[in-house]
Amino acid sequence: MDNQEKEPMFSAKNLKLLTEPFGINNPITVQVLGICSALAVTVKLKPAIVMALSVTIVTAFSNLAIAALRKYIPDRIRIIVQLVVIATMVILVDQLLKAYVFDVSKQLSVFVGLIITNCIIMGRLEAFAMANKPWPSFIDGIGNGAGYGLILVVVSFFRELLGSGTIYGYPVLEKLGIFNLGYESNGMVILPPMALIFVGLIIWFQRSRSKSLIEK
Amino acid sequence: MKQFSNRYIFIFSIVMVVSVAALLSLAATLLQPAQERNLEVEKKKNMLESINVPATRENTEELYDKYITESFVLNSRGELVSGVDAFTVVIKNEQKKPLEDQSLPVFRAEPDDGEKVIIIPVEGKGLWGPLYGYVSLKSDMNTIYGVNFDHKSETPGLGAEINTTPFESQFHGKKIFDNDSFISVQVLKGGAPESDIHGVDGISGGTITSNGLQSMIFDCLQKYNIYLLKNRI
Repeated sequence: MDNQEKEPMFSAKNLKLLTEPFGINNPITVQVLGICSALAVTVKLKPAIVMALSVTIVTAFSNLAIAALRKYIPDRIRIIVQLVVIATMVILVDQLLKAYVFDVSKQLSVFVGLIITNCIIMGRLEAFAMANKPWPSFIDGIGNGAGYGLILVVVSFFRELLGSGTIYGYPVLEKLGIFNLGYESNGMVILPPMALIFVGLIIWFQRSRSKSLIEK
Repeated sequence: MKQFSNRYIFIFSIVMVVSVAALLSLAATLLQPAQERNLEVEKKKNMLESINVPATRENTEELYDKYITESFVLNSRGELVSGVDAFTVVIKNEQKKPLEDQSLPVFRAEPDDGEKVIIIPVEGKGLWGPLYGYVSLKSDMNTIYGVNFDHKSETPGLGAEINTTPFESQFHGKKIFDNDSFISVQVLKGGAPESDIHGVDGISGGTITSNGLQSMIFDCLQKYNIYLLKNRI
């Protein structure tokens, strides 16, 4: 116990918590959690980034809160306590978005509320924060939120580029003159099923690179 | 895992709920001014879109001052009501009152093409939540100049299509009167023929939203009937 308390803030173990979700323990491509919102908010880059930030903040801080309280949370009502913590964070994020980035909050509309049901957050609370100290839990939350965000950003980058011909609202394809060569924005990329295909491609790519992920 | 007594669980829950409630109400109170400001800009932006002036959040205030020339409030007999600011009238609250007590806001605007239009706010019910918007009429008080619709929670891709340009632009040039009788605009399932001056295409898969939109326009414009007939050219 004493040894662990002297552990440096960014020890190898803690850094692993931060980096693993980007690779071999990615919440979307490996744990396959949070897919629903990944389909919904990846049409454009901007809402995807805001969603990624929101989820990261919510995951990190609810992880922190739950880990700090873990010894006082009665086991029998722990799921309810977790939900209350998540819901509080989400409402706070929602209120902040409405106050400072109204357009994005309008675009995300129902999806902000749906962060509450994002399986990644609940999963991390139950699997990690309930059994670990606040600081590692906080890092774990950031790692998983960012790992989720990474996939969101990659998917939305391609969907926005192919579907609307823009990157972060900037008309890249038009400026490059691609439209003059006969390319037309692909309307199908904007529809939710294509997000699933993109996620699938990422999973394929990842598994072909790290063989350890392939189930025997 | 340690066992906790029922007493502890109850106290824990109560403390948790009370502190969360306090935190959230504090946040809501602190952020309210900024949020209300956003809603006000949004309202102005929607109004500008109903007279076919595209606005961004940044230039909304400027364009609003440029194009919206006047606003006033009527009662259901078409008489001017003084002492009420049209912009602050909450349509939802007015709709709960009896018709003769309702304040009916009207905005005048002058778009670049020299047309003098009036803008009438409309509000109604969709499938999942409220629908709202603005209908602007040309100076003949009969031809629709433009519309803007929005919704709180209609299904994306189905009912939510009402706030897309292809849907809204169908309303341009439609008539709400047939001689002296009020017809409004029908949102027709299965499509409206090109020649129909009182009908637009409904949304496939969004029938309840379409119907809600139709009755919203009918109910709200009907209240202005006397005023519109009186001022027709």
